[in-house]
Amino acid sequence: MGDTIFALASARGKAGVAVMRLSGPQAHWALAHFCAAPTARQASLRRLVWQGHVLDEALVLVFDAGASFTGEACVELHLHGSLGVIKAVAQALAEMGLRPAEAGEFTRRALENGRLDLAQVEGLADLIDAETEAQRRQALRVLSGAVGKRAEFWRKDLIRAGALVEATIDFADEDVPVDVTPEVLGLIDGLLVDLRREIAGAGVAERVREGFEVAILGAPNSGKSTLLNALAGREAAITSEIAGTTRDVIEVRMDLGGLAVTLLDTAGLRETADPVEQIGVARAVSRARTADLRVFLLDHSDEALLIAPEVGDIVVLGKADLRPGADAISGQTGQGLDKLVAGITAVLAGKAASAGVMTRERHRIAMVRAVEAMESARYQVKGIGGAAELVALDLRRAARALDMLVGRVDTEDLLDEIFASFCIGK
Amino acid sequence: MFHVKHFDVVVIGGGHAGAEAAAAAVRMGARTALISMRKDRIGVMSCNPAIGGLGKGHLVREVDALDGIMGLAADAAGIQFRLLNRRKGPAVQGPRTQADRKLYRQAIQVLLARTAGLEIIEGEVVDLIDGPNGSVSGVALLDGTQVTAAAVVLTAGTFLNGIIHVGDQHRSGGREGDVASERLAHKLAGLGLKRGRLKTGTPPRLDGKTIVWEGLDVQPADDEPVMLSFLNKAPQVRQVSCGITHTNERTHDIVRANLGRSAMYGGHIEGVGPRYCPSIEDKVVRFADKTGHQIFLEPEGLDDDTVYPNGISTSLPADVQYEYVRSIKGLENVTILQPGYAIEYDFFDPSALRPTLESTLTGLYFAGQINGTTGYEEAAAQGLVAGANAAAAALGLAPVLFSRTDSYIGVMLDDLISRGVTEPYRMFTSRAEYRLHLRADNADQRMTGLGLAAGLVGEARAKIYTDKMAKIGAANAVLSTQTYSPQELQAAGIGVSRDGAARSLLQVLAFADTHWSQIDQLEPQMLGFDTDTKAQVWRDALYAQYLHREKADADTLRRNEMMRIPVELDFANLPGLSNELAAKLQRRRPSNLSEAERIEGMTPAALLLVLAHCRKANLARAVGQ
Repeated sequence: MGDTIFALASARGKAGVAVMRLSGPQAHWALAHFCAAPTARQASLRRLVWQGHVLDEALVLVFDAGASFTGEACVELHLHGSLGVIKAVAQALAEMGLRPAEAGEFTRRALENGRLDLAQVEGLADLIDAETEAQRRQALRVLSGAVGKRAEFWRKDLIRAGALVEATIDFADEDVPVDVTPEVLGLIDGLLVDLRREIAGAGVAERVREGFEVAILGAPNSGKSTLLNALAGREAAITSEIAGTTRDVIEVRMDLGGLAVTLLDTAGLRETADPVEQIGVARAVSRARTADLRVFLLDHSDEALLIAPEVGDIVVLGKADLRPGADAISGQTGQGLDKLVAGITAVLAGKAASAGVMTRERHRIAMVRAVEAMESARYQVKGIGGAAELVALDLRRAARALDMLVGRVDTEDLLDEIFASFCIGK
Repeated sequence: MFHVKHFDVVVIGGGHAGAEAAAAAVRMGARTALISMRKDRIGVMSCNPAIGGLGKGHLVREVDALDGIMGLAADAAGIQFRLLNRRKGPAVQGPRTQADRKLYRQAIQVLLARTAGLEIIEGEVVDLIDGPNGSVSGVALLDGTQVTAAAVVLTAGTFLNGIIHVGDQHRSGGREGDVASERLAHKLAGLGLKRGRLKTGTPPRLDGKTIVWEGLDVQPADDEPVMLSFLNKAPQVRQVSCGITHTNERTHDIVRANLGRSAMYGGHIEGVGPRYCPSIEDKVVRFADKTGHQIFLEPEGLDDDTVYPNGISTSLPADVQYEYVRSIKGLENVTILQPGYAIEYDFFDPSALRPTLESTLTGLYFAGQINGTTGYEEAAAQGLVAGANAAAAALGLAPVLFSRTDSYIGVMLDDLISRGVTEPYRMFTSRAEYRLHLRADNADQRMTGLGLAAGLVGEARAKIYTDKMAKIGAANAVLSTQTYSPQELQAAGIGVSRDGAARSLLQVLAFADTHWSQIDQLEPQMLGFDTDTKAQVWRDALYAQYLHREKADADTLRRNEMMRIPVELDFANLPGLSNELAAKLQRRRPSNLSEAERIEGMTPAALLLVLAHCRKANLARAVGQ
């Protein structure tokens, strides 16, 4: 701990209000140099005076140690968002001996002071980065400790299962329920269902965080780039009359119905002798396969392309401006675009609904390891008389894997559970 | 008259810790004295008449592998050998035997009497002799004799401020029938060592002649008895059975109606009792929906009619004991030879000990119940550690150290030192992270080499060990030289998938349904090995494929051991930690993350906090340099 840090908590630049945050043992002491400190957690208007000069009139908030974001004594100065004011206040704080915070230092202190667990820190970072509604909701779930709670819930079941197995080993001679197999299997199976669902949801959660990929596919000159530009509202891709204008994959990030989406414009799909275009087509096919959704823009309804639509993909007829009356879309006129956007959003929202609270690859790896260990335990439980020690080993591995989600199982926990559940002692 | 005697090591107390400590010190080459209040009570089994069990059997085997005496005495006195968990894997099998109290005591006394270089002194230690710089350099006896020594091992058991409770009656005492060492306790109280208070209970002792054995379940000894010592092959005395009976609703009603008269429930006892050995009062209260609790009727000896009813320890008054015992099937007309009692005693916080069991006072070692443990086996193992290290210190040899990764002894020492004790500490196999490796069957393979290097193992055992290892080595070599295709294995009747992978016979041995006859057929050289060697090779092979998983854990442990916690880290001012945990950390002062991790009540999140601060402090130091 030791030193007291300060930094602008709001974005740099001119604004109505700028928030300067102070954290550390000298935060309250520093405020006392500016003005009379208000009661903790009561917003008060104060004139900030430094060496006889008024720096600004600010809304001042004081937090006591143990009851602040970082866990330390904190002060927030809601200044007028002027570059001059910010500079003057920062200079005064530096003259008092306070240190400008390093990037992420407030959050690190919150972690070190036990105000946030590891996953919550990740959630906070995501919340700050959140650009869309789905990202905001998801990040807020993680920040509120959903990962830790889920991990704690699973850990309890694993400790219970481990305790049952350990009881049959260490208290073989005593009044332990004869067959613990059904309960152990029940716990393992329940956990496996939960974890598998969460792993499936983790992929989706990561998409919500990183953005879904939607690939626009079609034959050359079918109007893909025009459609992309219309959806993006800007000239992101070059369009021309010449078939095969788009060679590379062009990405545009956008917010569709609250979901972060990366639209991919791709090279027109056709057999070609041009080596550069061949590469473009190969890239289009490979990105299209890994995309979360493919929009096929066709010239005519029975057109066959190099790759076929999968279940859930969207297939539309393009160039509606050239064929009046048809149920088609046009990037040129905007016809049918609302319907297409609604269609894309509906498909992605359907996928996003299954998002779990595990948002990161790190979470997914921990859960996959736990599942592997539990599958091995399940296999061994079938012969529990002969392999209890191996079941126990696997359950410990599973618990340790899950502990990685928030930080690390102890044998004492197993013993606690054993003693709480059984009458041990002959 | 004022005598002065001089030794390298003096051991106070002749219980299981003291006997093993004295024997170990002598094996290390130290001139050793063992001081006991009564010579004839050395090696007394004061609680249940059994040695070994799960975790405990592992400890006995390790003590034996280090050439200790407990296993030998148990085998000499064993009247009902049982290998617990016989149907489970070898890693969790624990050898155990009921022991004839008199034969056990005699065996220990004979083994000690035969120990050349050990002097047994009968007397009461009343004081420690202060050496230079706060060290201890000997003891003073009640008769004025001064016994000086470079190292003193204190194994005072439950004698320190012992109070015996029977209902609302209580009196000062160590074990039933012995006096408590009050003067020594007073002296120790002045040393500024942190103490705690524990309790333990005993059941009433019954007259076996008054038990109606007909109609009770019987638990016989194993048909193929497994010994406690690696040196023995068969029981030395007649084998007997234990009886099994159960408490019933009437028993529970009687206990419930008299809870207020129990020392424990009447509020007369402040010490904390073990959860794994609850009194009958505890069982009735905590497991109210259970309609019966199992009781083992254990004979105390071949020519002794006393029966130890394991499972109904109590601190109820004698008249209530009579009433509830007689409500039990088979015991309707039983005579109680000695009522059950609870005993409260002081222990010293073991978290202040060094891994050698030396206390904060140089030259003073603690072993056994005084460190907050329970059980003969736990005591003996600590006695060995303290005795060996006291001798090593006195003779200027390297300390004899153990680790969680090599032994249950190491697990126990580390638990005691890094976690301290909140209830009497008993060994369980679940305490060992490396259980598949730390087996009772391979204790000699793990420990005897270490003992030889330290000078703890005598010639006779060294030779037996070396021969055994040579045979195991040869068998392993034969089994691993050649590999066989799935077709060849299947031809020999061994179930293996046709995956094209060639396997050695050592690998094949780990399959559940492989028989030696099949192996012998493929490799006739194996016919030349005896069944013991083959059995051991099989046990080793069985777990070979899982050991890498445990190894991953061992690696984590070592990584955490390498994360040093800076000595200047102030846990008390480490925000985010609960006050309780901060206080524990501040008291224990773990020197690395692995020790911190094992402190009781440590959570993953709290460990992360400690880790974060270590990293920061270590970083700050690296930058400052």
